[in-house]
Amino acid sequence: MSSIPSVEPERAAKNVGVRDTEAARAPRKPWRVDLGWAVRRALPPIVIGAAGLVAWELVVRLNQIPYYILPGPLLVLRTLVQDWGTLYPSLLVTLAITGAALLVATIAGVLISILFTQSRLVELSLFPYAVILQVTPIVAIAPLIIIWVRNIPVALLICAWLVAFFPIVSNTTLGLNSADHNLLNLMQLYGASRRQIFWYLRLPSAMPYFLGGLRISGGLALIGAVVAEFVAGTGGAQSGLAYRILESGYTMQIPRMFAALLMITGSGIFIFLALTALSHLILRKWHESAVTREG
Amino acid sequence: MSRAVVQLQNVDKVYGNGVVALRHLDLDVGEGEFLSLLGPSGCGKSTVLRLVAGLGEVSGGRIEWPGGNGRKGLPQGDVGFVFQEPTLMPWATVFKNVQLPLRLRGVPPDEAAARVREAIAMVGLDGFERAYPRELSGGMKMRVSIARALVTHPRLLLLDEPFASLDEITRFKLDNDLLALWAKQRWTVVFVTHSVYESVYLSTRIAVMTARPGRTASDVPIEAPSPRDDAFRTSTLYNDYCRLVSARLAEATRA
Repeated sequence: MSSIPSVEPERAAKNVGVRDTEAARAPRKPWRVDLGWAVRRALPPIVIGAAGLVAWELVVRLNQIPYYILPGPLLVLRTLVQDWGTLYPSLLVTLAITGAALLVATIAGVLISILFTQSRLVELSLFPYAVILQVTPIVAIAPLIIIWVRNIPVALLICAWLVAFFPIVSNTTLGLNSADHNLLNLMQLYGASRRQIFWYLRLPSAMPYFLGGLRISGGLALIGAVVAEFVAGTGGAQSGLAYRILESGYTMQIPRMFAALLMITGSGIFIFLALTALSHLILRKWHESAVTREG
Repeated sequence: MSRAVVQLQNVDKVYGNGVVALRHLDLDVGEGEFLSLLGPSGCGKSTVLRLVAGLGEVSGGRIEWPGGNGRKGLPQGDVGFVFQEPTLMPWATVFKNVQLPLRLRGVPPDEAAARVREAIAMVGLDGFERAYPRELSGGMKMRVSIARALVTHPRLLLLDEPFASLDEITRFKLDNDLLALWAKQRWTVVFVTHSVYESVYLSTRIAVMTARPGRTASDVPIEAPSPRDDAFRTSTLYNDYCRLVSARLAEATRA
Protein backbone atom coordinates (compact mmCIF):
# COMPACT_ATOMS: atom_id res chain seq x y z
CA MET A 1 0.00 0.00 0.00
CA SER A 2 1.24 3.46 -0.75
CA SER A 3 0.04 6.99 -0.20
CA ILE A 4 -2.88 8.42 -2.07
CA PRO A 5 -1.49 9.70 -5.35
CA SER A 6 -3.04 13.13 -4.98
CA VAL A 7 -1.55 13.84 -1.59
CA GLU A 8 2.05 14.72 -1.00
CA PRO A 9 2.77 15.75 2.56
CA GLU A 10 3.70 19.31 1.63
CA ARG A 11 0.54 19.83 -0.33
CA ALA A 12 -1.56 18.12 2.26
CA ALA A 13 -0.10 20.40 4.86
CA LYS A 14 -0.71 23.48 2.77
CA ASN A 15 -4.24 22.50 1.91
CA VAL A 16 -5.30 21.87 5.48
CA GLY A 17 -4.09 25.33 6.31
CA VAL A 18 -1.13 24.62 8.55
CA ARG A 19 0.48 27.72 9.85
CA ASP A 20 3.07 25.98 11.93
CA THR A 21 4.48 23.48 9.46
CA GLU A 22 7.90 24.96 10.02
CA ALA A 23 7.52 24.63 13.77
CA ALA A 24 6.67 20.98 13.32
CA ARG A 25 9.73 20.32 11.21
CA ALA A 26 12.41 22.58 12.58
CA PRO A 27 14.46 21.01 15.37
CA ARG A 28 13.38 22.54 18.65
CA LYS A 29 15.89 24.35 20.81
CA PRO A 30 14.57 23.99 24.33
CA TRP A 31 17.51 25.68 25.98
CA ARG A 32 17.67 28.76 23.83
CA VAL A 33 17.07 31.60 26.25
CA ASP A 34 15.84 34.95 25.02
CA LEU A 35 18.17 37.20 27.00
CA GLY A 36 16.34 40.45 26.36
CA TRP A 37 13.11 38.87 27.53
CA ALA A 38 14.77 37.40 30.62
CA VAL A 39 16.25 40.77 31.59
CA ARG A 40 12.96 42.62 31.09
CA ARG A 41 11.29 39.96 33.18
CA ALA A 42 13.84 39.93 36.01
CA LEU A 43 14.67 43.63 36.21
CA PRO A 44 11.58 45.02 38.03
CA PRO A 45 11.77 42.65 41.04
CA ILE A 46 15.55 43.12 41.25
CA VAL A 47 15.14 46.92 41.32
CA ILE A 48 12.45 46.67 44.01
CA GLY A 49 14.63 44.33 46.07
CA ALA A 50 17.71 46.51 45.79
CA ALA A 51 15.73 49.63 46.73
CA GLY A 52 14.31 47.81 49.76
CA LEU A 53 17.79 46.73 50.92
CA VAL A 54 19.21 50.24 50.52
CA ALA A 55 16.26 51.70 52.45
CA TRP A 56 16.73 49.09 55.19
CA GLU A 57 20.45 49.88 55.52
CA LEU A 58 19.68 53.63 55.58
CA VAL A 59 16.95 53.31 58.21
CA VAL A 60 19.29 51.26 60.45
CA ARG A 61 22.19 53.71 60.06
CA LEU A 62 20.28 56.99 60.25
CA ASN A 63 18.30 55.94 63.32
CA GLN A 64 21.32 54.20 64.84
CA ILE A 65 19.25 51.10 65.57
CA PRO A 66 21.37 48.72 67.64
CA TYR A 67 22.32 45.49 65.82
CA TYR A 68 20.61 43.31 68.48
CA ILE A 69 17.27 44.90 67.55
CA LEU A 70 17.62 45.12 63.77
CA PRO A 71 20.88 44.47 61.95
CA GLY A 72 21.38 46.07 58.55
CA PRO A 73 21.68 43.90 55.44
CA LEU A 74 25.45 44.45 55.17
CA LEU A 75 26.01 43.18 58.70
CA VAL A 76 23.80 40.16 58.00
CA LEU A 77 25.86 39.38 54.93
CA ARG A 78 29.13 39.74 56.87
CA THR A 79 27.79 37.43 59.60
CA LEU A 80 26.76 34.90 56.98
CA VAL A 81 30.32 34.76 55.70
CA GLN A 82 31.90 34.77 59.20
CA ASP A 83 29.61 32.06 60.62
CA TRP A 84 29.60 29.91 57.47
CA GLY A 85 31.45 27.17 59.35
CA THR A 86 28.56 26.79 61.82
CA LEU A 87 25.67 27.62 59.54
CA TYR A 88 26.59 25.52 56.50
CA PRO A 89 26.52 22.12 58.31
CA SER A 90 23.14 23.12 59.77
CA LEU A 91 21.87 24.01 56.31
CA LEU A 92 22.89 20.55 55.11
CA VAL A 93 21.02 18.93 58.01
CA THR A 94 17.85 20.87 57.26
CA LEU A 95 18.12 20.22 53.54
CA ALA A 96 18.70 16.50 54.10
CA ILE A 97 15.50 16.25 56.13
CA THR A 98 13.59 18.35 53.58
CA GLY A 99 14.85 16.26 50.68
CA ALA A 100 14.11 12.95 52.39
CA ALA A 101 10.63 14.13 53.41
CA LEU A 102 9.88 15.29 49.87
CA LEU A 103 11.09 12.00 48.44
CA VAL A 104 8.98 9.93 50.83
CA ALA A 105 6.01 12.28 50.30
CA THR A 106 6.32 11.84 46.54
CA ILE A 107 6.52 8.06 46.65
CA ALA A 108 3.85 7.63 49.31
CA GLY A 109 1.66 10.35 47.78
CA VAL A 110 1.68 8.80 44.33
CA LEU A 111 1.06 5.30 45.72
CA ILE A 112 -1.84 6.56 47.87
CA SER A 113 -3.32 8.37 44.84
CA ILE A 114 -3.10 5.21 42.78
CA LEU A 115 -4.80 3.32 45.61
CA PHE A 116 -7.55 5.98 45.70
CA THR A 117 -8.25 5.68 42.00
CA GLN A 118 -8.45 1.89 42.12
CA SER A 119 -11.73 2.05 43.96
CA ARG A 120 -14.17 4.78 44.84
CA LEU A 121 -14.75 3.06 48.19
CA VAL A 122 -11.10 3.26 49.17
CA GLU A 123 -11.00 6.94 48.23
CA LEU A 124 -14.19 7.73 50.15
CA SER A 125 -12.95 5.85 53.22
CA LEU A 126 -9.44 7.27 53.36
CA PHE A 127 -9.58 10.75 51.87
CA PRO A 128 -11.14 12.39 54.96
CA TYR A 129 -8.19 11.17 57.03
CA ALA A 130 -5.74 12.64 54.58
CA VAL A 131 -7.61 15.93 55.01
CA ILE A 132 -7.50 15.62 58.82
CA LEU A 133 -3.73 15.11 58.70
CA GLN A 134 -3.46 18.12 56.46
CA VAL A 135 -5.56 20.56 58.49
CA THR A 136 -4.08 19.63 61.89
CA PRO A 137 -1.34 22.21 62.56
CA ILE A 138 2.05 20.55 62.49
CA VAL A 139 3.20 22.63 65.46
CA ALA A 140 0.48 20.96 67.51
CA ILE A 141 1.40 17.35 66.69
CA ALA A 142 5.15 17.73 66.35
CA PRO A 143 5.76 17.49 70.16
CA LEU A 144 3.84 14.19 70.24
CA ILE A 145 5.73 12.75 67.33
CA ILE A 146 9.01 13.79 68.90
CA ILE A 147 8.02 12.03 72.13
CA TRP A 148 6.89 8.87 70.34
CA VAL A 149 9.78 8.60 67.95
CA ARG A 150 13.05 8.53 69.84
CA ASN A 151 15.23 8.99 66.79
CA ILE A 152 15.15 12.78 66.26
CA PRO A 153 15.98 12.87 62.50
CA VAL A 154 13.26 10.28 61.87
CA ALA A 155 10.78 12.28 63.96
CA LEU A 156 11.63 15.44 62.02
CA LEU A 157 11.26 13.56 58.76
CA ILE A 158 7.81 12.34 59.76
CA CYS A 159 6.73 15.89 60.60
CA ALA A 160 7.99 17.30 57.31
CA TRP A 161 6.41 14.41 55.43
CA LEU A 162 3.02 15.02 57.08
CA VAL A 163 3.02 18.59 55.81
CA ALA A 164 4.30 17.78 52.35
CA PHE A 165 2.34 14.75 51.22
CA PHE A 166 -1.17 16.19 50.93
CA PRO A 167 -0.75 18.42 47.84
CA ILE A 168 0.77 15.48 46.00
CA VAL A 169 -2.05 13.13 46.99
CA SER A 170 -4.87 15.53 46.18
CA ASN A 171 -3.37 16.74 42.89
CA THR A 172 -2.32 13.33 41.63
CA THR A 173 -5.71 11.84 42.51
CA LEU A 174 -7.41 14.62 40.56
CA GLY A 175 -5.02 14.05 37.66
CA LEU A 176 -5.54 10.29 37.55
CA ASN A 177 -9.29 10.90 37.39
CA SER A 178 -8.99 13.55 34.68
CA ALA A 179 -8.23 11.29 31.72
CA ASP A 180 -10.07 12.33 28.56
CA HIS A 181 -13.34 10.39 28.27
CA ASN A 182 -13.02 9.93 24.54
CA LEU A 183 -9.56 8.46 25.02
CA LEU A 184 -11.00 6.11 27.63
CA ASN A 185 -13.63 5.05 25.07
CA LEU A 186 -10.91 4.52 22.52
CA MET A 187 -8.97 2.33 24.96
CA GLN A 188 -12.10 0.30 25.64
CA LEU A 189 -12.76 -0.06 21.92
CA TYR A 190 -9.32 -1.59 21.42
CA GLY A 191 -9.81 -3.91 24.36
CA ALA A 192 -7.25 -2.27 26.69
CA SER A 193 -6.78 -3.87 30.09
CA ARG A 194 -7.03 -1.85 33.30
CA ARG A 195 -3.26 -1.94 33.56
CA GLN A 196 -2.80 -0.65 30.03
CA ILE A 197 -5.31 2.14 30.60
CA PHE A 198 -3.38 3.09 33.71
CA TRP A 199 0.05 3.17 32.08
CA TYR A 200 -0.87 4.58 28.70
CA LEU A 201 -3.59 7.02 29.69
CA ARG A 202 -4.14 7.78 33.37
CA LEU A 203 -0.52 8.20 34.41
CA PRO A 204 0.46 10.60 31.59
CA SER A 205 -2.80 12.55 32.11
CA ALA A 206 -1.93 12.96 35.79
CA MET A 207 1.62 14.20 35.14
CA PRO A 208 0.89 17.98 34.99
CA TYR A 209 -1.27 17.75 38.12
CA PHE A 210 1.35 15.73 39.98
CA LEU A 211 4.09 18.21 39.07
CA GLY A 212 1.90 21.11 40.25
CA GLY A 213 1.46 19.33 43.58
CA LEU A 214 5.16 18.57 43.80
CA ARG A 215 6.01 22.27 43.46
CA ILE A 216 3.79 23.11 46.42
CA SER A 217 5.08 20.17 48.45
CA GLY A 218 8.71 21.19 47.95
CA GLY A 219 8.18 24.43 49.85
CA LEU A 220 5.99 22.74 52.44
CA ALA A 221 8.59 20.04 53.16
CA LEU A 222 11.09 22.78 54.03
CA ILE A 223 8.57 24.56 56.27
CA GLY A 224 7.67 21.24 57.94
CA ALA A 225 11.32 20.44 58.58
CA VAL A 226 12.02 23.88 60.08
CA VAL A 227 8.91 23.86 62.27
CA ALA A 228 9.73 20.40 63.57
CA GLU A 229 13.31 21.46 64.34
CA PHE A 230 11.96 24.40 66.31
CA VAL A 231 9.79 22.10 68.36
CA ALA A 232 12.52 19.51 68.87
CA GLY A 233 15.05 22.19 69.70
CA THR A 234 17.92 19.72 69.73
CA GLY A 235 21.46 21.00 69.96
CA GLY A 236 24.75 19.43 69.01
CA ALA A 237 26.24 18.55 65.68
CA GLN A 238 22.98 17.23 64.24
CA SER A 239 21.08 20.50 64.57
CA GLY A 240 19.51 22.26 61.66
CA LEU A 241 19.03 25.91 60.79
CA ALA A 242 15.98 26.30 63.01
CA TYR A 243 18.06 25.40 66.04
CA ARG A 244 20.67 27.97 64.97
CA ILE A 245 17.89 30.58 64.94
CA LEU A 246 16.72 29.54 68.43
CA GLU A 247 20.27 29.53 69.73
CA SER A 248 21.01 32.94 68.23
CA GLY A 249 17.86 34.30 69.80
CA TYR A 250 18.89 33.08 73.27
CA THR A 251 22.36 34.61 72.93
CA MET A 252 21.17 37.85 71.30
CA GLN A 253 23.17 37.11 68.11
CA ILE A 254 20.47 38.71 66.00
CA PRO A 255 22.60 39.12 62.83
CA ARG A 256 23.26 35.39 62.86
CA MET A 257 19.53 34.79 63.25
CA PHE A 258 18.94 36.83 60.10
CA ALA A 259 21.73 34.98 58.30
CA ALA A 260 20.11 31.60 59.12
CA LEU A 261 16.74 32.96 58.02
CA LEU A 262 18.31 34.10 54.76
CA MET A 263 19.60 30.59 54.17
CA ILE A 264 16.19 29.05 54.77
CA THR A 265 14.50 31.49 52.40
CA GLY A 266 17.23 30.93 49.82
CA SER A 267 16.74 27.16 50.06
CA GLY A 268 12.99 27.58 49.60
CA ILE A 269 13.50 29.65 46.46
CA PHE A 270 16.04 27.17 45.14
CA ILE A 271 13.67 24.23 45.72
CA PHE A 272 10.85 26.06 43.98
CA LEU A 273 13.00 26.97 40.97
CA ALA A 274 14.43 23.46 40.71
CA LEU A 275 10.98 21.85 40.76
CA THR A 276 9.67 24.43 38.27
CA ALA A 277 12.55 23.59 35.94
CA LEU A 278 11.85 19.87 36.34
CA SER A 279 8.19 20.42 35.55
CA HIS A 280 9.05 22.48 32.48
CA LEU A 281 11.52 19.85 31.30
CA ILE A 282 8.93 17.08 31.50
CA LEU A 283 5.97 19.01 30.06
CA ARG A 284 7.59 21.32 27.54
CA LYS A 285 6.80 19.12 24.55
CA TRP A 286 3.09 18.96 25.04
CA HIS A 287 1.39 20.68 27.95
CA GLU A 288 -0.20 24.10 27.57
CA SER A 289 1.44 25.37 30.75
CA ALA A 290 4.92 24.89 29.30
CA VAL A 291 4.22 26.15 25.80
CA THR A 292 5.08 29.71 24.87
CA ARG A 293 2.41 31.35 22.77
CA GLU A 294 3.50 32.32 19.33
CA GLY A 295 2.34 34.89 16.84
CA MET B 1 -27.08 -5.49 -1.50
CA SER B 2 -24.03 -7.54 -0.78
CA ARG B 3 -23.57 -9.65 2.34
CA ALA B 4 -24.22 -7.69 5.54
CA VAL B 5 -21.33 -6.99 7.87
CA VAL B 6 -23.56 -5.94 10.72
CA GLN B 7 -27.32 -5.88 11.16
CA LEU B 8 -29.22 -3.83 13.73
CA GLN B 9 -32.63 -5.34 14.35
CA ASN B 10 -35.35 -3.44 16.16
CA VAL B 11 -32.76 -1.74 18.36
CA ASP B 12 -33.85 0.44 21.28
CA LYS B 13 -31.53 2.53 23.37
CA VAL B 14 -32.67 4.22 26.55
CA TYR B 15 -30.09 6.12 28.56
CA GLY B 16 -29.91 6.09 32.32
CA ASN B 17 -31.47 9.55 32.55
CA GLY B 18 -34.58 8.29 30.75
CA VAL B 19 -33.76 9.77 27.36
CA VAL B 20 -34.93 7.44 24.60
CA ALA B 21 -32.23 7.80 21.96
CA LEU B 22 -33.29 5.05 19.57
CA ARG B 23 -36.57 3.20 19.06
CA HIS B 24 -37.16 0.27 16.73
CA LEU B 25 -34.16 1.02 14.61
CA ASP B 26 -33.39 -1.36 11.77
CA LEU B 27 -30.22 -1.00 9.78
CA ASP B 28 -28.13 -3.33 7.64
CA VAL B 29 -24.60 -2.40 6.73
CA GLY B 30 -23.53 -4.18 3.55
CA GLU B 31 -20.00 -5.31 2.93
CA GLY B 32 -17.93 -2.71 1.09
CA GLU B 33 -20.52 0.03 1.10
CA PHE B 34 -20.05 3.61 2.20
CA LEU B 35 -23.13 4.21 4.29
CA SER B 36 -23.96 7.62 5.72
CA LEU B 37 -26.26 8.07 8.68
CA LEU B 38 -27.92 11.42 8.14
CA GLY B 39 -30.20 13.12 10.61
CA PRO B 40 -30.82 16.18 12.73
CA SER B 41 -28.66 16.86 15.78
CA GLY B 42 -29.48 14.65 18.73
CA CYS B 43 -31.27 12.01 16.69
CA GLY B 44 -29.09 9.19 17.94
CA LYS B 45 -26.71 8.84 14.99
CA SER B 46 -23.70 8.75 17.27
CA THR B 47 -25.49 6.33 19.56
CA VAL B 48 -25.82 3.88 16.66
CA LEU B 49 -22.08 4.04 16.05
CA ARG B 50 -21.25 3.60 19.71
CA LEU B 51 -23.51 0.54 19.94
CA VAL B 52 -21.96 -0.98 16.84
CA ALA B 53 -18.48 -0.32 18.28
CA GLY B 54 -19.46 -2.04 21.51
CA LEU B 55 -19.17 1.13 23.60
CA GLY B 56 -22.62 0.55 25.06
CA GLU B 57 -25.31 -2.09 25.34
CA VAL B 58 -28.60 -2.05 23.48
CA SER B 59 -31.72 -1.65 25.64
CA GLY B 60 -33.80 -3.75 23.27
CA GLY B 61 -33.45 -5.57 19.95
CA ARG B 62 -30.18 -7.03 18.76
CA ILE B 63 -27.04 -6.42 16.80
CA GLU B 64 -26.02 -9.33 14.57
CA TRP B 65 -22.64 -9.91 13.01
CA PRO B 66 -23.28 -12.41 10.21
CA GLY B 67 -19.52 -12.92 9.69
CA GLY B 68 -18.84 -13.93 13.30
CA ASN B 69 -20.72 -15.19 16.31
CA GLY B 70 -21.80 -12.01 18.07
CA ARG B 71 -19.72 -8.94 18.76
CA LYS B 72 -17.40 -10.95 20.93
CA GLY B 73 -16.75 -13.14 17.89
CA LEU B 74 -15.44 -10.15 15.98
CA PRO B 75 -11.69 -9.94 16.35
CA GLN B 76 -10.49 -6.95 18.37
CA GLY B 77 -9.53 -4.12 16.07
CA ASP B 78 -11.74 -5.29 13.23
CA VAL B 79 -13.59 -2.07 13.91
CA GLY B 80 -11.90 1.30 13.52
CA PHE B 81 -13.48 4.35 15.15
CA VAL B 82 -12.92 8.02 14.40
CA PHE B 83 -14.45 10.38 16.92
CA GLN B 84 -15.87 13.84 16.37
CA GLU B 85 -12.76 15.30 17.97
CA PRO B 86 -9.28 14.09 17.03
CA THR B 87 -8.95 12.55 20.53
CA LEU B 88 -5.17 12.30 20.46
CA MET B 89 -2.84 11.83 23.41
CA PRO B 90 -1.20 15.27 23.70
CA TRP B 91 1.92 13.82 25.36
CA ALA B 92 2.65 11.43 22.50
CA THR B 93 4.03 12.02 19.02
CA VAL B 94 2.02 11.34 15.87
CA PHE B 95 3.84 8.02 15.57
CA LYS B 96 3.03 6.95 19.14
CA ASN B 97 -0.58 8.03 18.77
CA VAL B 98 -1.06 5.95 15.64
CA GLN B 99 0.80 3.05 17.24
CA LEU B 100 -1.53 2.93 20.25
CA PRO B 101 -4.03 0.30 19.00
CA LEU B 102 -1.13 -1.99 18.06
CA ARG B 103 0.59 -1.51 21.43
CA LEU B 104 -2.64 -2.35 23.19
CA ARG B 105 -2.82 -5.57 21.21
CA GLY B 106 0.79 -6.47 21.88
CA VAL B 107 2.00 -6.29 18.28
CA PRO B 108 5.83 -6.51 18.31
CA PRO B 109 7.44 -3.06 17.82
CA ASP B 110 9.18 -3.96 14.53
CA GLU B 111 6.02 -5.14 12.88
CA ALA B 112 4.06 -2.25 14.40
CA ALA B 113 6.53 0.37 13.12
CA ALA B 114 6.02 -0.68 9.50
CA ARG B 115 2.25 -0.62 9.84
CA VAL B 116 2.28 2.74 11.62
CA ARG B 117 4.39 4.29 8.87
CA GLU B 118 2.09 2.83 6.26
CA ALA B 119 -1.01 4.27 7.98
CA ILE B 120 0.63 7.68 8.37
CA ALA B 121 1.57 7.66 4.70
CA MET B 122 -1.99 6.71 3.74
CA VAL B 123 -3.35 9.91 5.27
CA GLY B 124 -0.57 11.98 3.73
CA LEU B 125 1.32 12.85 6.88
CA ASP B 126 4.71 11.28 6.19
CA GLY B 127 7.41 13.46 7.67
CA PHE B 128 5.27 14.36 10.68
CA GLU B 129 5.89 11.16 12.67
CA ARG B 130 7.76 12.97 15.42
CA ALA B 131 5.48 16.01 15.68
CA TYR B 132 3.28 16.49 18.72
CA PRO B 133 -0.47 17.06 18.30
CA ARG B 134 -0.29 20.68 19.44
CA GLU B 135 2.02 21.42 16.52
CA LEU B 136 -0.59 20.29 13.99
CA SER B 137 -3.58 22.06 12.50
CA GLY B 138 -7.11 20.78 13.10
CA GLY B 139 -7.19 18.99 9.75
CA MET B 140 -3.87 17.29 10.37
CA LYS B 141 -4.97 16.11 13.81
CA MET B 142 -8.03 14.56 12.17
CA ARG B 143 -5.74 12.81 9.69
CA VAL B 144 -3.76 11.37 12.59
CA SER B 145 -6.99 10.16 14.13
CA ILE B 146 -7.93 8.45 10.84
CA ALA B 147 -4.48 6.89 10.55
CA ARG B 148 -4.91 5.47 14.05
CA ALA B 149 -8.24 3.93 13.01
CA LEU B 150 -6.65 2.44 9.88
CA VAL B 151 -3.54 0.99 11.49
CA THR B 152 -5.31 -2.18 12.58
CA HIS B 153 -6.60 -2.76 9.01
CA PRO B 154 -10.22 -2.74 10.20
CA ARG B 155 -12.97 -4.44 8.24
CA LEU B 156 -15.45 -1.82 9.38
CA LEU B 157 -14.62 1.85 9.75
CA LEU B 158 -16.94 3.99 11.87
CA LEU B 159 -16.68 7.77 11.58
CA ASP B 160 -18.66 10.05 13.88
CA GLU B 161 -18.97 13.48 12.21
CA PRO B 162 -15.21 13.50 11.87
CA PHE B 163 -14.90 16.70 9.84
CA ALA B 164 -17.71 18.70 11.43
CA SER B 165 -15.42 21.13 13.23
CA LEU B 166 -13.16 21.82 10.23
CA ASP B 167 -13.41 24.63 7.70
CA GLU B 168 -14.98 23.86 4.35
CA ILE B 169 -11.77 23.82 2.31
CA THR B 170 -10.15 21.36 4.70
CA ARG B 171 -13.30 19.28 4.84
CA PHE B 172 -13.54 18.96 1.04
CA LYS B 173 -9.91 17.90 0.94
CA LEU B 174 -10.39 15.27 3.64
CA ASP B 175 -13.62 14.07 1.99
CA ASN B 176 -11.68 13.50 -1.24
CA ASP B 177 -8.83 11.73 0.50
CA LEU B 178 -11.22 9.53 2.44
CA LEU B 179 -13.04 8.59 -0.78
CA ALA B 180 -9.76 7.81 -2.53
CA LEU B 181 -8.69 5.56 0.35
CA TRP B 182 -12.05 3.84 0.40
CA ALA B 183 -11.98 3.28 -3.36
CA LYS B 184 -8.61 1.62 -2.99
CA GLN B 185 -9.12 -0.39 0.20
CA ARG B 186 -12.86 -1.09 -0.02
CA TRP B 187 -13.51 -1.31 3.68
CA THR B 188 -17.05 -0.98 4.87
CA VAL B 189 -17.64 2.55 6.13
CA VAL B 190 -20.38 3.97 8.33
CA PHE B 191 -20.19 7.74 8.33
CA VAL B 192 -22.30 9.88 10.63
CA THR B 193 -23.04 13.40 9.44
CA HIS B 194 -25.66 16.13 9.60
CA SER B 195 -24.62 17.52 6.24
CA VAL B 196 -26.78 16.55 3.26
CA TYR B 197 -24.05 17.66 0.84
CA GLU B 198 -21.30 15.71 2.50
CA SER B 199 -23.39 12.54 2.70
CA VAL B 200 -24.41 12.70 -0.96
CA TYR B 201 -20.85 13.35 -2.04
CA LEU B 202 -19.36 10.46 -0.12
CA SER B 203 -21.90 7.68 0.15
CA THR B 204 -23.08 4.73 -1.83
CA ARG B 205 -26.15 4.74 0.41
CA ILE B 206 -27.71 7.18 2.86
CA ALA B 207 -29.88 6.14 5.79
CA VAL B 208 -31.99 9.13 6.78
CA MET B 209 -32.94 9.13 10.45
CA THR B 210 -35.88 10.71 12.24
CA ALA B 211 -35.60 13.13 15.14
CA ARG B 212 -35.27 11.54 18.59
CA PRO B 213 -36.12 8.81 19.31
CA GLY B 214 -34.17 7.88 16.20
CA ARG B 215 -35.00 5.25 13.65
CA THR B 216 -34.28 4.98 9.94
CA ALA B 217 -36.93 6.83 7.98
CA SER B 218 -35.70 6.19 4.46
CA ASP B 219 -32.92 4.64 2.55
CA VAL B 220 -31.43 6.43 -0.45
CA PRO B 221 -28.91 4.60 -2.62
CA ILE B 222 -26.63 7.10 -4.35
CA GLU B 223 -26.04 5.66 -7.79
CA ALA B 224 -23.23 7.87 -8.95
CA PRO B 225 -20.03 6.68 -10.53
CA SER B 226 -16.98 6.21 -8.39
CA PRO B 227 -14.31 7.63 -8.21
CA ARG B 228 -15.90 10.98 -7.54
CA ASP B 229 -14.09 14.28 -7.62
CA ASP B 230 -14.81 17.97 -7.37
CA ALA B 231 -16.56 17.87 -10.76
CA PHE B 232 -19.22 15.69 -9.15
CA ARG B 233 -19.92 18.45 -6.61
CA THR B 234 -21.15 20.72 -9.39
CA SER B 235 -22.97 18.10 -11.49
CA THR B 236 -26.72 17.96 -12.06
CA LEU B 237 -26.80 14.44 -10.68
CA TYR B 238 -25.28 15.64 -7.40
CA ASN B 239 -27.75 18.50 -7.17
CA ASP B 240 -30.69 16.21 -7.84
CA TYR B 241 -29.56 13.86 -5.11
CA CYS B 242 -29.07 16.74 -2.69
CA ARG B 243 -32.59 17.93 -3.39
CA LEU B 244 -34.01 14.43 -2.96
CA VAL B 245 -32.13 13.76 0.28
CA SER B 246 -33.01 17.19 1.68
CA ALA B 247 -36.67 16.45 1.02
CA ARG B 248 -36.38 13.04 2.72
CA LEU B 249 -34.62 14.63 5.67
CA ALA B 250 -37.34 17.29 5.97
CA GLU B 251 -40.01 14.55 5.91
CA ALA B 252 -38.15 12.51 8.51
CA THR B 253 -37.73 15.48 10.82
CA ARG B 254 -41.39 16.42 10.53
CA ALA B 255 -42.71 12.90 11.03
